[in-house]
Amino acid sequence: MTKPMHHARHICAALALGAMAQTATADEVTLASGITGNAVENFKLIVAPWEKATGHTATLVPMPSSTTDQFGQYRLWLAAGNADIDLYQTDVIWAPQLADQFVDLSEPAGELMKSHFPSIVESQTVGDKLVALPIYTDAPALYYRTDLLEKHGASVPTTWEELTKTAQMVQDAERAEGNDDLWGFVWQGNAYEGLTCNALEWVKSFGGGQIVEPNGDISINNANAVKALELVSQWPGTISPDGVLAYQEEEARGVWQTGNAVFMRNWPYAYRLGSGDDSAVKGKFGVTTLPTGGGHDTSAATLGGWNIALSKYSENQDAALSLAMYLASPEAQKLRALNSGNLPTVVSLYEDADIAREVPIIPQWKDVFLQAVPRPSAPTKGNYNEVSNKFWSAVHNTLSGDGTAAENLEVLELDLTDLKGSDW
Amino acid sequence: MPSSPPTSMSSRHSLSAQRRCAAMWFLAPMLIALFCVAAWPLLRTIYFSSTNTTLTSLYDGKWIGFDNYLSYRKLSSGRVIWRGTLADPAWWNAVWNTVRFSVVSVALETVLGLIVALVLHQNFKGRGWVRAAVLIPWAIPTIVSARMWGWMLNDQFGIINDILLNLGLIETKIAWTANIETAMLAVLAVDVWKTTPFMALLCLAGLQMIPKDVYEAAKVDGIHPIRVFFKVTLPLIRPALMVAVIFRMLDALRIFDLIYVLTPNSKATKTMSVIARENLIDFDKFAYGSAQSTLLFALIAIFVSAYIWLGKVDLSGEHSK
Repeated sequence: MTKPMHHARHICAALALGAMAQTATADEVTLASGITGNAVENFKLIVAPWEKATGHTATLVPMPSSTTDQFGQYRLWLAAGNADIDLYQTDVIWAPQLADQFVDLSEPAGELMKSHFPSIVESQTVGDKLVALPIYTDAPALYYRTDLLEKHGASVPTTWEELTKTAQMVQDAERAEGNDDLWGFVWQGNAYEGLTCNALEWVKSFGGGQIVEPNGDISINNANAVKALELVSQWPGTISPDGVLAYQEEEARGVWQTGNAVFMRNWPYAYRLGSGDDSAVKGKFGVTTLPTGGGHDTSAATLGGWNIALSKYSENQDAALSLAMYLASPEAQKLRALNSGNLPTVVSLYEDADIAREVPIIPQWKDVFLQAVPRPSAPTKGNYNEVSNKFWSAVHNTLSGDGTAAENLEVLELDLTDLKGSDW
Repeated sequence: MPSSPPTSMSSRHSLSAQRRCAAMWFLAPMLIALFCVAAWPLLRTIYFSSTNTTLTSLYDGKWIGFDNYLSYRKLSSGRVIWRGTLADPAWWNAVWNTVRFSVVSVALETVLGLIVALVLHQNFKGRGWVRAAVLIPWAIPTIVSARMWGWMLNDQFGIINDILLNLGLIETKIAWTANIETAMLAVLAVDVWKTTPFMALLCLAGLQMIPKDVYEAAKVDGIHPIRVFFKVTLPLIRPALMVAVIFRMLDALRIFDLIYVLTPNSKATKTMSVIARENLIDFDKFAYGSAQSTLLFALIAIFVSAYIWLGKVDLSGEHSK
């Protein structure tokens, strides 16, 4: 508790120096955001300095953790011109689809954005309009149990094929010792946006492209993609529980954090929670970049990340803008990194001494980040959700044994071609 | 005021006219409310279904006729391609899922509800409490109970798998909601758990209408209780039962919340409402989703009309007088 208070002083100073006008009236700014782990407590910690400096209050409207569910609700609220929500925490893929409903932030935040990763700012820019301010970025990594690998003399896998073998070996050996609930590998296999992220990583790391290429070409139906899905479809029921096909992030973390998995694919938030005192895997795990496959030499991590967008229907634009700017600022991002383990989008924070000491994975994550692959939200524009839905359905069908990888990807290509028409 | 005494005939006329007028005034608020919350949205949806409206531009849709339902294009190669909801395999899969779900769930709920009602109709100590307790599943909001069941059916931490494993009924943990074969079973089980109390309540109301002396007569004649049930009880509660089944059928055909929470994207359980919402909101195909909603409305209307006609259900209550 003392740490955030200590930082608070810096932030107050920064805010006082900043160009933010202190208003006499105390406004209540509402922010709608999906919740995973202990996001609610962390939010209070992060906004406390802002509340103190401006006299406004920030209220979090907790939303479901599934990004697909959030999107549906936000789109409905925005279409109805809802004035109750001032700020929205938006997924990195939404900018092209919701751009019309948000205020252009390029003017007020132009200067601030110079300290952020240009590629991330780019992802939130539609035409000339800056739709949202990045507050943290996300790239998944492979979590592995150091104790179990050491015990069974295995090394950290660098390819998916190796991972399959190691997971099977450790799982078999542990089960023979009576550890019946242990699984080799947990990931996100539910039919939702998260499966698109997982599957994009498999396909891309096998050299199978990224579903729809940046120039708009549909590339998914190829031999490497088929190979990737064929390997993965062996997992459910062998190294992964059958139920993995209904898992989202939190279910996978549940199995992992109770000590029942050797490997897990997850976002950085699971690192901080896994190192907590109530975690069965505290001090027993490490993280590395996701494996490659099929003889391909670079791995891939789907670029995630969250941003703050200002609704054009908000009735307290000034206070809301002030909170958005604060949340994207280096100060707030540092607090967030220290408390939640989220990856900053401000370049200089990767060199920050406090972060390097407290959350040592963040500087390491720069490597993961360099291999990040974007989902095809930019080339497919307003059709992205349907493209993603069709892709995850094809993958989910393949994994649950409804058609082979080759058959499903062929149909997917046809569906996407129909959807594309003459152009996206 | 001097006036000629009205004849009894015309006074009755003006009185009934007055009554009708008063009735209209009393009914007006309800009719207006019904128009605003039911008829207007329905008409709007039907209108949207024949335009190309999107959610971001609700008022700029152009009239495109029946293209959202069915249209065709001829390619230069001469191949004809059909488009629209009626040519969409995902839609027909959803229709099949919905019908399957409705028929099975309502059938199970009717049988179980009737059994529960028969038990609750007997005299025993604490009957009032039991009657209230039975209603709990019905009283819990669907979102809450669906979430609750979601955790109970979870393959790794779920209590259902734990119980079945310990009883030795299953060998390995089953992923109830993820597995295509068991997803529908899971949804059916939860729905039956949730709505059987509703059926039981309506059946119980029907049972209480049956005069006691009928049973006494049967007892005096020494007729077997099972025969009494089929020859006396069932025919007498049939009108109540038929109405209860209609209510449940209407509900089941538009099922959304339970499936959306429990198995949101499973092909095996996607119903018409789920797929219509997906198009309306997620895919920004507002008009296409409206077309599916309109079809859903039409299907329910046809289903219920057919049921009333075939089952000769008396909704007006004229015959029971």
